[in-house]
Amino acid sequence: MTYVGIILTYTLVSNLVLAQFLGLCPFIGVSKNTESAVGMGFAVTFVMSLAALITWALQRFILVPLHIEFLQTVTFILIIASLVQLVEMVVRKYSPPLYQALGIYLPLITTNCGVLGIALISVNSGYGPMESFLAGLSAGIGFLLALLLMSAIRERLDTEKVPKYLRGAPIAFISGGLMALAFMAFDKALLANIIGG
Amino acid sequence: MKDLFKGLLRENPIFVLVLGLCPSLAVSTTVNNALGMSAAAFLVLLGSNVVISLLRKHIPDDIHIPAYIVIIATFVTIIDMAMQAYLPALSESLGIFIPLIVVNCIILGRAEAFASKNTVGASVLDAVAMGLGFAVGLISIALVREVLGAGSITIIPDKLVFTIGGLHDSPAVVFAFPAGALIVVGFLQAFYRWLGEVTKK
Repeated sequence: MTYVGIILTYTLVSNLVLAQFLGLCPFIGVSKNTESAVGMGFAVTFVMSLAALITWALQRFILVPLHIEFLQTVTFILIIASLVQLVEMVVRKYSPPLYQALGIYLPLITTNCGVLGIALISVNSGYGPMESFLAGLSAGIGFLLALLLMSAIRERLDTEKVPKYLRGAPIAFISGGLMALAFMAFDKALLANIIGG
Repeated sequence: MKDLFKGLLRENPIFVLVLGLCPSLAVSTTVNNALGMSAAAFLVLLGSNVVISLLRKHIPDDIHIPAYIVIIATFVTIIDMAMQAYLPALSESLGIFIPLIVVNCIILGRAEAFASKNTVGASVLDAVAMGLGFAVGLISIALVREVLGAGSITIIPDKLVFTIGGLHDSPAVVFAFPAGALIVVGFLQAFYRWLGEVTKK
């Protein structure tokens, strides 16, 4: 697939949250206001791009040559957990304002299944290094986009009269579902039209 | 006995604690997938709860999260390989959601909140209760989605399939798509809240 194809696929057509069900916990948990949604979105985008690239290298240079592909799950999650830790330390040291903004979201990223998900998808699709990095980056941007739209919806929901039992998470799910319905307009046929199939 | 049923309603992992959503939504297109996923998640939860509660006095506090993740990932790998060997069709349809059990918040959550503080026996009971709650949640989502979205109930593909006349010929396909899943979860969650309130009285 071309680079443009990969970017469009992972930001819109197979949007991580709205089409593939990855990263739903932060999607519901951190979408209460726009500010934290943006913070979380950028932190996830950053970790995803790096994780996709590093897990590609791990798969290509260590797991495959040693024939220990079955350790994929264990090694990938360890890489992601240490990457998150590393990012947290680097950001804290060099950019205290950014750390203030992202700080509390960073540890949560380890259990965002989108990060492990995109790493596994890239490896299973046989992407090269550049393609893996782009897949991670655009999946992150897709996540940011979904989270931002959702937070805008939820800020408006706060002032609406919602039936008692639907308040909070349930109405957020239903709005998310309607948004996913809108995103279904971005399908493979549209993608083929844009990049010339 | 009360502890055993806490996962069903009051502390239902999916609807009340809102944990472990990603796999629940993605694999709930058919009842068969939901059964397979519940079984896999339950076995991992049981294994990790037992091992973590056995080792709870030996794992240093500073590195307990990475240690738990490695233990959980080990069980996930075992289940993944066993499924590929014995249930290839199911393994195929669950796809990357089997390795993704590692980051299922229910499992890490129970390790952190329960198994790391309690005895092996209590942890086994907790795994059974939570596994049961997860299964009930997942299967109810799958039932609604499959009945409305495909007009059938698949328990074992090609062998034990119930079809619902009328719906089977012209199903509401939207429920088979991600959009439908999110809407179904929203309404089921509201239903569970109502149920929780009614049974309390």
